[in-house]
Amino acid sequence: MEQLNAWFTELLSDNAIFTANTLGYYLDGLGSTVRLVFLSLVIGLVLAVPLAIARGSRRKWIKWPIFFYTYVFRGTPLLIQLYLIYYGVVFIEGIQDTFLWAILKDAFYPALIAFTLNTAAYTTEIFHGAIKATPRGEIEAARAYGMSRALMMRRIIMPSAFRRALPAYGNEVIFMLHASAIASVVTIMDLTGAARFVYARFYAPFDAFLFVAAIYLCLTFAILYLFRYLEKKLLAHLKPLNG
Amino acid sequence: MKKLLALTLLGVVMTATTAQARDTDEVRLAIDVPYEPFVYRTPAGELEGFEIDLGNELCKRANLDCTWVEQSWDGIIPGLLSRKYDAILSSMAITPERENQVLFSIPYYNTPSVWITRRDRGIDISDKDALEGLSVGVQRGTIRDSYVTQMYGDTLDIHRYSSSQDVANDLMSGRLDLSFEDYPLAVDTFHFKDDDSEFKKIGESIKKPVSIFGKGAAMAFRKRDKELAEKFNQAIRDVYADGTYEKLMKQYFDYDLSLPVGEK
Repeated sequence: MEQLNAWFTELLSDNAIFTANTLGYYLDGLGSTVRLVFLSLVIGLVLAVPLAIARGSRRKWIKWPIFFYTYVFRGTPLLIQLYLIYYGVVFIEGIQDTFLWAILKDAFYPALIAFTLNTAAYTTEIFHGAIKATPRGEIEAARAYGMSRALMMRRIIMPSAFRRALPAYGNEVIFMLHASAIASVVTIMDLTGAARFVYARFYAPFDAFLFVAAIYLCLTFAILYLFRYLEKKLLAHLKPLNG
Repeated sequence: MKKLLALTLLGVVMTATTAQARDTDEVRLAIDVPYEPFVYRTPAGELEGFEIDLGNELCKRANLDCTWVEQSWDGIIPGLLSRKYDAILSSMAITPERENQVLFSIPYYNTPSVWITRRDRGIDISDKDALEGLSVGVQRGTIRDSYVTQMYGDTLDIHRYSSSQDVANDLMSGRLDLSFEDYPLAVDTFHFKDDDSEFKKIGESIKKPVSIFGKGAAMAFRKRDKELAEKFNQAIRDVYADGTYEKLMKQYFDYDLSLPVGEK
């Protein structure tokens, strides 16, 4: 450890930009980015599963509002949604006096709300597509066994739909990580915010942004690896036996 | 034939001498118009403004016969080097890059920065303990950002924005307690001087230290015209010393942008 430390100090000794101080900014930025993306993905996923099931409902008053929601959030840029939720709500008369203000005052929660609603909309559509693609034969077999709709959903449709949705959802996770780069426009010091700060301070765009790009690459690689592992485990039955 | 040759030679020599140094009392000053209230055109077409008055005053002190030349900003240094005029007096900030190309006089002004808060807030900016935990909004990467980062990095919660309008919105909504902004920009964004404004200025205007706020704006000359620069330096010292500068400044500004000579 000590050797590593000495090596690190040596490495940093003759450069003006990547001092312990600026690396601290990047580290804090990494923390905010991971927290923001992880929380919005988890909450988005929890919201998306029931929405995806309801989206396939035959009742119009359930189906259409959900379609409208996913259409609006997939049809507008995330940046605009973030602006609306961060700067827009401020102009609602008297919002400062409500309990909501405690949440909206900080930049973190408006960003979290925007990201969550956005990813929930995409994830809803991904799962809805996967549910719709369930082979007829599986459903007919389940009916033949006399399963109720709920049981069929739980035992037959959802497990296979999750598996089918996995590769597409893995992409959504990566997109979400990259989309989080806009959090810095509402003053959050995420990874991109740290990079912009270092850039503005040292006028060194290449150093500041290449470094942060490398961190994003590492994060993306970790996500890819996780999904590769999940796919290998969960989709094992689709592989040829002597592959 | 010999005579002709001699004449030609004489001509060449004379051109060469005029090319080497200016020896007349006529000085052409370049300025980029408009930049209110430093320089602008009246409806009648006359040049007016703080820098015009200051420049004319400086020329009078230095016993020089000055004329103004209008020049757009992007060509203002090349124009000086190619002798279209002899000096620039156009709010040019001293930077190391420009110092490589031109010779600067002593600086004659620097715009201050100012603390802004909401009118209904009572904040004492000089009391560092009371500032603990308050939030301040600045434009990312500006000298104001550097200042609060360096001076208040441990005290204030610093939020960095892309534009000063965003800062004004968040100050208005209550997300921010303070803003630190360039004075003329703050007048435009926060309108803090209007009676019905939601904002007010607190504490003193700030333009020190030089390491953050820069040396200020100065006149620029060709590097070889050291004598001319020295004449103007002396004139700048004089207008400061006898109060003429302050009188001119008060005519155009209600804030202090003076840089008293010799003060660091």
